[in-house]
Amino acid sequence: MMDLHLPAWAIWVMLAGLAVFIVMFIIILRRNHGVKRSMFSTPYALWMIIFTIIPCLLVAYYAFTDANGKFTLDNFISFWDSNHEMNKELANLGFDPAAMGFTRGMVNISTLVYSLWMAFLCTVICLLIGYPAALFMAERDFKLGATLVTLFIIPMWMNFLLRTIAWMSLLEDNGLINTLLVSLGFSRVQLMYNNSAVLLGMVYNFLPFMVFPIYNSISKQDYRLTEAAMDLGAGRMLTFIRVTFPLSLPGVVSGITMVFMPAVTTFFIPRMLGGGNTEMFGDLIERTFLTANNWNLGSALSLIMMVLILLSLGLLRKVDPEGEGGSMI
Amino acid sequence: MSEEPRMIHLENISKEYNGVTVLSDINLYIRKKEFVTLLGPSGCGKTTTLRIIGGFEYPSTGRVVFDGKDITTLPPYKRRVNTVFQKYALFPHLNVQDNIAFGLKIKKMSRGEISRRVDKMLDLVNLNGYGKRSVESLSGGQQQRIAIARALVNEPEVLLLDEPLGALDLKLRKEMQLELKSMQQRLGITFLYVTHDQEEALTMSDTIVVMNAGHILQIGTPKKIYDEPKSAFVARFIGESNIIRGTMVRDELVHFSDMDFACVDSGFGENVPVDVVIRPEDLMIVGEDIGQLTGVVKSVLFKGVHYEMMIDTGDFTWKVHSTTMQPAGSRVGLSVVPFNIHIMRPTKEDSAK
Repeated sequence: MMDLHLPAWAIWVMLAGLAVFIVMFIIILRRNHGVKRSMFSTPYALWMIIFTIIPCLLVAYYAFTDANGKFTLDNFISFWDSNHEMNKELANLGFDPAAMGFTRGMVNISTLVYSLWMAFLCTVICLLIGYPAALFMAERDFKLGATLVTLFIIPMWMNFLLRTIAWMSLLEDNGLINTLLVSLGFSRVQLMYNNSAVLLGMVYNFLPFMVFPIYNSISKQDYRLTEAAMDLGAGRMLTFIRVTFPLSLPGVVSGITMVFMPAVTTFFIPRMLGGGNTEMFGDLIERTFLTANNWNLGSALSLIMMVLILLSLGLLRKVDPEGEGGSMI
Repeated sequence: MSEEPRMIHLENISKEYNGVTVLSDINLYIRKKEFVTLLGPSGCGKTTTLRIIGGFEYPSTGRVVFDGKDITTLPPYKRRVNTVFQKYALFPHLNVQDNIAFGLKIKKMSRGEISRRVDKMLDLVNLNGYGKRSVESLSGGQQQRIAIARALVNEPEVLLLDEPLGALDLKLRKEMQLELKSMQQRLGITFLYVTHDQEEALTMSDTIVVMNAGHILQIGTPKKIYDEPKSAFVARFIGESNIIRGTMVRDELVHFSDMDFACVDSGFGENVPVDVVIRPEDLMIVGEDIGQLTGVVKSVLFKGVHYEMMIDTGDFTWKVHSTTMQPAGSRVGLSVVPFNIHIMRPTKEDSAK
């Protein structure tokens, strides 16, 4: 592991931040519940402080410093222009990078755009598959509903890496599907190492996170509401459009959030199913930290990711249906 | 009432859930503009009957005839009835106005017409100016009114009400009972009302249908049901009663409490065991020497309008309502006029109790 070489002022800033956080935490708890009950949340508070707040502060610190601990914005410039460091070196050595044909490097930006695009596709597909599945499962008269819910849960007991590797053994050139195809007299199909395989892996892994919030929001709806709609003249389709769907929107919003967030930061799946042909932002961050050993750039990339996720969450909350959504329909 | 044509006719309706019979052989017709109440304890099948008429359940056997047409398997959205649901079932994502307009929007009515009708309805239920409110901000009584408005705005020929006042407090319930009744009379709509509250049924209905364990026990006007209950169950369920075992000696003479009493019932046969029902207010407290029965006052309760006294005559303790109080421990006489002695055949279900 590399040396943290933090200057004294950074330590003080972090300690001050921590102190403010703890004081705020205590004030909030006192105001809401009184001392006794607030004691129960102490372990959680400690956990949060040690494993969430401090790492975040560290990430922020690294993102804004260079390898020597001096303040710099170079890491963000490197995100914008992945050739920035190299061009700087060249300039220091007296060359003109532009004249040598080195222009702006698009690696980081295009990886981010690709990740967002893949996450978007994954979310849309999960929604398209997940909503009908959830609707079906929540159907009051559908006796297999509980069984289906269990079937959806069982794969989640398995480790996510294991699940992805299981897909590999299905999709490989000599995998189950190709073996079956060949034995039936068809020719082999290239199933792995492309975008579709990566997307498949992502959808497979994240689908339950879409299904369950929607399932919950539909199954907790009062069945009398659909009866009331039918009583007032709405057929099954209109009942769904005007009652069931708008009332399930909170579930849809949290489903989208729970799929989109991990999907943007996906790693490992593209490497396994995409065979390294494509890289997603999660992989890029991992590679920057562990392979390129550039903690400062890695932190900057992580910070950008975090800000993007927070922004999309904020956007989602804006279109949250609980406020005005009803009249939109 | 009887000149009006039949709106709804239930013919031999039975309903089973997984082999359990919840309704057996229900025959009932409801006339136009009639206020009919299905009354019975919980689990008697009254709500199931309502849901069969609303189209939310299909009967296992039998037919539902609406205005001369068989609608047994017609889905709810094609029926000319509307329902006021238990706990209202208002749409939480829509405001008051959009809740009421729901049915009209589905009928693709013009905006102007919709808003005119919604305003009229808000006026009817005394909630002018509440159109833009969210339904969850309203009190139980107000939500109740919105639920009624949402159903009535569609101008149904029959309004089904499933224990609509169950969640309201006593005072509000009494007010709403009167309001519903006057609304029904003003609009001239047929109401089919489900309740387990006998007082509510007596106050509002033109016709009461007493149900128990999936059967109809008695159909009649409130007065008829109260004054001439057909079985001990009906007597017990509607109002308070003294029910005592007796023997029908012959027509118009019944024997109980070691005494022969003249009565007005006949046709039971001779020396047949029967149930004798006497309402507490029909027992008169008289001098010890002139009473048909004599007994000791065991307890006295003040009930507001009257006193309720428990009077022990040795073989039976009678519940007596009277406006004059006899102190506990005193010996009194009791008498009852023949007209107020109701004789009924003991049913198996009753003798078990």
